[in-house]
Amino acid sequence: MTILANVLVVFLILCGLLFLVVAAIGLIRLPDLYTRAHAASKSSTLGVMCILLGVFFHFWLNENHFNPTILLGILFLFITGPVGAHIMSRSSYIAGVKPWAGTGRDDLKPEIERMKKEQNLK
Amino acid sequence: MKTNDVIIQFTAKLVFFMIFFYAVHIFFAGHYTPGGGFVGGLVTASAIVLLIVAFDLKTVQTILPINYIYMVASGLILALGTAAISMFAGKPFFTHYFDYYNLPILGKTSLHTAALFDLGVYLVVVGVTMTIIQTIGEDE
Repeated sequence: MTILANVLVVFLILCGLLFLVVAAIGLIRLPDLYTRAHAASKSSTLGVMCILLGVFFHFWLNENHFNPTILLGILFLFITGPVGAHIMSRSSYIAGVKPWAGTGRDDLKPEIERMKKEQNLK
Repeated sequence: MKTNDVIIQFTAKLVFFMIFFYAVHIFFAGHYTPGGGFVGGLVTASAIVLLIVAFDLKTVQTILPINYIYMVASGLILALGTAAISMFAGKPFFTHYFDYYNLPILGKTSLHTAALFDLGVYLVVVGVTMTIIQTIGEDE
């Protein structure tokens, strides 16, 4: 039982670490803000959730301590991580950060121009 | 430019309650585990600040019509009053009392006057933080 629990815990924490490393490599190697936000938000949210789940199972199965705060933390990260990335990338788009030169399609641009025209800006 | 804030507003509405109830949990768990009035007050204030960021100052003031300066005052009075209870009983200032009670749903519970003092700290921390943020945010 302890071995099975340890295998589960080690697997989850290793998965989380792998996702965090992928997120860090993506932050270094990807060309512009939007692709970096894509890498950082998804991969690191999943990574941290995996690590928290591993910690939760460690304390539950090995130490016999059921800690609902960790589950609440997982839910909280799952809700707020992507929303934070969304808000940051949208505000940087509105502030004028250009996407990568190879971007083929930009659906937000006409929408922003329409909103500017409606509010008589520029 | 005025933009459409549906996503952050909906998330703030949802997350506000999570943060607020977690703050209540921290406040009540302060006696036996890490936490207490100060951290609980800061977490509550940060939940209100999240609402202010997602909506704006005037909207939040209509949602939560609290005068935070009165909140600070009532927190100080509560803390001082808790400390002064023991003086009327002939004990030194700040002597705390506790006893075990059998409450209807919660069962055997220990009630301690330190929790009232902590409630005073909580009110002061929330009031001071929100006063600072409101006075900085109101400037135009």
